[in-house]
Amino acid sequence: MQTEHQNPLFETPEAAGQPSVRILAIGNAGDALLGALNPAEFAGAEFAAINTDAAALAASVAPVKIHLENKLFRGLGSGGDPDRAKALAEEQFSTLKSACAGANVVFILAGLGGGAGSGICPILAKAAHEAGALVLAFVTLPFECEGNRREAQAQAALEQLKAAADGVICLPSQKIFKLIDENSTLVETFRVTGGFLLEGVRGVWSLLTRPGLIQVHFGDLCGLIRDRHAENAFAFVEASGPGRAREVAEKILNHPLLDEGRALAESDAVLVSLTAGKDLTMAEISRVMEQVKHQCVHAQVIMGAAVDAGLKEKLCVTVIAARANARPAHVSPRAESHGLAPAAAPPHREPALSRQRKRGAGTKPVQGQLPLTIISKGRFDKSEPTLHRGEDLDIPTFIRRGIALN
Amino acid sequence: MFDDSNIIAGLEIGTSKICVVVGEQNAEGALNIIGLGQSRSNGVRKGEIINPEQVEEDLRHALFEAEQMADVEIRSVYLGVSGGHIRGFNNRGVHPVVSADREISPDDVEDVVKNAKAINLPAENTIINHVRQHFFVDGQDGVTNPVGMLGARLEVDMHVIHGNANRLQNAVRLVRATSLEVEDVVFNGIAMSLALLTSEQKELGALVIDIGGGTTEYVAYSDGIIRHSGVLAVGGDHVSSDLAIGLKVSLTRAHKLKLEHGTALPTEAAKDQTLSLTNELGLELKRVNVGHLQRIMALRLEEIFQLIAQDLEAAGLTDYLRAGVFLCGGTSRVPGIVPLAENVFQMNVTPGHTTAISGLTAALDQPEFATGIGLLKYGSLRQRKHLARPSLVSGIKGVFGKLLPRS
Repeated sequence: MQTEHQNPLFETPEAAGQPSVRILAIGNAGDALLGALNPAEFAGAEFAAINTDAAALAASVAPVKIHLENKLFRGLGSGGDPDRAKALAEEQFSTLKSACAGANVVFILAGLGGGAGSGICPILAKAAHEAGALVLAFVTLPFECEGNRREAQAQAALEQLKAAADGVICLPSQKIFKLIDENSTLVETFRVTGGFLLEGVRGVWSLLTRPGLIQVHFGDLCGLIRDRHAENAFAFVEASGPGRAREVAEKILNHPLLDEGRALAESDAVLVSLTAGKDLTMAEISRVMEQVKHQCVHAQVIMGAAVDAGLKEKLCVTVIAARANARPAHVSPRAESHGLAPAAAPPHREPALSRQRKRGAGTKPVQGQLPLTIISKGRFDKSEPTLHRGEDLDIPTFIRRGIALN
Repeated sequence: MFDDSNIIAGLEIGTSKICVVVGEQNAEGALNIIGLGQSRSNGVRKGEIINPEQVEEDLRHALFEAEQMADVEIRSVYLGVSGGHIRGFNNRGVHPVVSADREISPDDVEDVVKNAKAINLPAENTIINHVRQHFFVDGQDGVTNPVGMLGARLEVDMHVIHGNANRLQNAVRLVRATSLEVEDVVFNGIAMSLALLTSEQKELGALVIDIGGGTTEYVAYSDGIIRHSGVLAVGGDHVSSDLAIGLKVSLTRAHKLKLEHGTALPTEAAKDQTLSLTNELGLELKRVNVGHLQRIMALRLEEIFQLIAQDLEAAGLTDYLRAGVFLCGGTSRVPGIVPLAENVFQMNVTPGHTTAISGLTAALDQPEFATGIGLLKYGSLRQRKHLARPSLVSGIKGVFGKLLPRS
C-alpha cells in the first residue's frame, strides 16, 4: 500500500498535516458500527472491513473489504468460535499487517464476544503495532442476555486486546441497556449502543485531526488510556446556543456513561477536548473546565480545545476519564462459571463499584464517619455542645488533638 | 445609715459562684466598696441557668451575706450576663447632614446613633449593650464628638453585643423573683474591662480575658474604645472535666486535683511523678500521674488562648494591643498561666488588678471579683450620668440603652 512510516507519532504527519488514520471494522458488529459512521465526518480516514463471513462482508458498505478465509470455513465465518478466528488471523497475519501499513493510527471497531471480533482483534492490534501504527480499539461488550459463553469470550478477548493495543475504549452494552427505554426495538437498541461508541470514535477523531488551539497530543491520549483502560469511561456531548457551556457541563455531569459524574470523581486522569465553531470563547472553556475540575479533584486533567468552522454554533466536548486499575484484570473463575459480570469489567458493576470505592478513597462527597469509640463529654454530656468552627470544645482538648498520655 | 440612692450593687450569676458586690457612691461620685457576698453556684452551667430554683436559693445566700457585711438593704442590682449565645459585632450607621449651614447638631448625632443601632438580628436575639465607637465626618476618622463640626455625611461605628432574649430574660426574671429590681443588664466582658483597665490602657490597646468557671469572655480595646468582644463557653469547668476523663477520677476529685496540683506549664520534674489518691479512711484508691495532669490542663488552657488569639487575628487587632493582655477570673489563678498566655499571644500578659476603686482590699485583689466590681463601676457611671453631670461621664465612652422593659 503506502510507504511505511517508522515513526508513527503524530508530530511527523503526512503532507496534510494530519496523521493518517485507518478505521478497521472487524466482524459483523464492527461492520454494523462502520455502517453507522458518517464517512463525511471522517474526511481523510480510510475505512476497511475485515470479516470471516463472506455474505456479511459482501453486504458491508466499507470501500475496502478483507476476507479472511480458509477452506475449513467454507465462507460461513468462524461460527462464533474465537479460537478458530484467531488461528485464521494468525495464519493471515501478513494480510492484516499490510492492511495497516502506512497508517499512523489504526482505530479498531468491533463487538467482542463473537468469533471474528474476539478472535481477530487482538491479532490485528498486534499486526498494526508491528506495521508501525498506534492502535486504538473501540469495542462493545455483549449484553448479559447473550449468554455466559459470549461474556467469557468477550472478557478474554478484552484482556488480549488490552495487551496488544495502545488503548482500548470499551463500552459495555449492558450499561446502555439499562438506560434505554424498555419498549425500544432491537434495531434501535443496537443503534443506540453503537451510537454511544461512535460518539467516542468521533470525539477521539476530532481530537486528533482538528487544528487544536490547545493541542492534545496523541501521546497524551495514549498515555492516558494505556494501562488504565479497564476502568475508563468516555462521554461525548454537544450543545448549541447561548448557554451551551453550561449545558455541556451539565450534560457531562449527568452523562450515563460517566455514572452521572461519579466516574469523574474517581478517575485519576481525565482528558477533556472541546471543539466548537470560531465563536468559542475562553470563558466557555473555563466554565466547562471548572465544572470538570470541580468534579475530579484527584485527577490529572488534560485539556484540549479546537476550532472547527463547520460546527457553527455547536460546542462538542469529549471526556475520557481513566482510573488506574488497582486490581489485576482477570476473569474470575466464579464469574466465568456463573456467567456473572467479571470483576475486572467496569461495565455492569460500575455503579456499585464506585460507591464502594467512594468510601475508601477521599473522593468528593465524602461521608463523615462516626468515631468508633464514644468520647465522653463528662459533665457536659447533657448540655448544649460548645461548637467552635465545627469542633466540639466540650470534648477534652487532648482527645481532640489525639495526644496519647502514655 | 446610708442614703439608699447612693447604694449600688452588682450581681454576677456565674458558673462556679454567685457574687454580689455592694458599693457606695459619695457626693463626688467616688465609689467605695462596702460589702461582698458570695455563694457557690450549683444551678448554672457554661454561664447559663439550668436550674432556676437552685440558683434562686444560692442567690439569696449571697445577697444575705452582702447585706450583712454592708449593713444596707439592696433594692436593685446591675446584672452581669454571659453565655455562649452572646456575640459582639461592629455596625456602622450613616446620616446625611441636611441643615443649610452643614453644621452637625446634637440631633444629627442622635439620628446617626439611632441608625447604627438599627441592625438585623436573629428574631430570638436582643441587644444587650451597644457601645459607641468613633464618629466619621465626611470620612474623617477618629472624631469623638462631632457636634459643631461642619460636614455633609456623619457616620458612627457601634459595637453591638447581643444574645438570646429568652436566656437573658431567665436571669432577669430570677433576680426579680427575689424582689430585687434589675437596673440594667450588662455583658460581663464590658463590666470586667471597666474594673481592670485604666483609660490609658484602653487608649494604648488592651485585651481583657476573664476565664471563669463555665465561660471565657474577652474584650479588646484600642484607641479608647471597644473594638471586639466575644464569649467562649469554655472555662475552669472544662479543665476539671478533662482531668476527670483523662485521669479517670470523679469530677469532685478532679476539681480538687486541679486546685492542689494544677499548673498551666508542665514541668519536667513532674513528668514521672505520681500522686496517690486516698479515700476518707486514708486507704489508697489509685495513683495518678502528675505529668498527665499537667499536660491535660496545659492543653486545655493553651487552646482557650489560641482560640481567642485566632479570633483577634481574624479581627485584625493583634497589632493594636500595645498595653498587652489582662487576665482575670478564677481560672487565672492557675500557676503558670501568665507565661502560657505570653507564649500564645506573644505580648505582655498581666494578671488583672482592679483599679480606681477604694474599699475592701480583700475584694479588690481577687481576680474572681473583677466582674462584680466592674458591674458596680458601670452602675456608678450610669447613675452619675443620670445626675446630669456630663463632665464625669467622659470616663465611659458608651451609650447604654435600656435593654429590658421595666415592669
